[in-house]
Amino acid sequence: MAEAKAPGTRPEDIRPLSPHLQIYRWTWTMAMSVAHRVTGAALYVGTLLLVAWLLALASGPAAFETAQWLFGSFLGRLILFGYTWALLHHMFGGIRHFIWDVGLGFDAPARQNLARMTLIASAALTLLVWVIGYAVS
Amino acid sequence: MASTKHSLRTPLGRVRGLGSARSGTSHFWHQRLTALANVPLALAFIAIVVCAAGGGYDEALALVRSPLVALLLLLFILSATYHMRIGMQVIIEDYVHGGAKVAAVIANTFFALLVAAAAVFAVLKISFGGM
Repeated sequence: MAEAKAPGTRPEDIRPLSPHLQIYRWTWTMAMSVAHRVTGAALYVGTLLLVAWLLALASGPAAFETAQWLFGSFLGRLILFGYTWALLHHMFGGIRHFIWDVGLGFDAPARQNLARMTLIASAALTLLVWVIGYAVS
Repeated sequence: MASTKHSLRTPLGRVRGLGSARSGTSHFWHQRLTALANVPLALAFIAIVVCAAGGGYDEALALVRSPLVALLLLLFILSATYHMRIGMQVIIEDYVHGGAKVAAVIANTFFALLVAAAAVFAVLKISFGGM
């Protein structure tokens, strides 16, 4: 009997694949679709920041001071700024999906505008949150 | 499973007529339910963090243990970790295949539960722990 080839290498297994991202010219809708997934994945890891902050607060003053010092450092602020934007961008991206879920916003100008508004709204609200944050602290 | 690798039939052709698995749309629907809940809860979470940013340990403790804030944090933690578990499973199923996919999906569930349990425990300890 002939030696069996590993699955995936036989001619009958190799089907043509459709072109992927690097083939196409970038569009707003494509960029915001990618951004929705990337921000979602970033927020997945970012939940560890919330856990760290809550556990530090639950552990006592010394642990909390360390956490506040870390989050207050330049790198900490940069990460928190990115986290804020990722959260708000993912939220607006989700609202965009809700608009599509009810059957609206599918024509070309609406798609384009929704994608642009997602980025504009998330950037604007992120800046607003941080301005308020610095004003109250 | 390995025998299907020899087939020229498409994946759709192989499953057509076998009936639904009865849970085909549950992830889709739960993703949207938790997304809807996450909109107000995430905004509340940001507001809570902004309020805590300026103060010290005592202020943060008083803030997190106040009933409304603790409740909003708990709801946000539960809804967000469930939402992120489904979302990450979609990403895994897109890019990881074979045995690694199964391992990644299991690890994903464990991670989401670990994050949820740790955060819920912390909020409850702050609220009821007599700190």
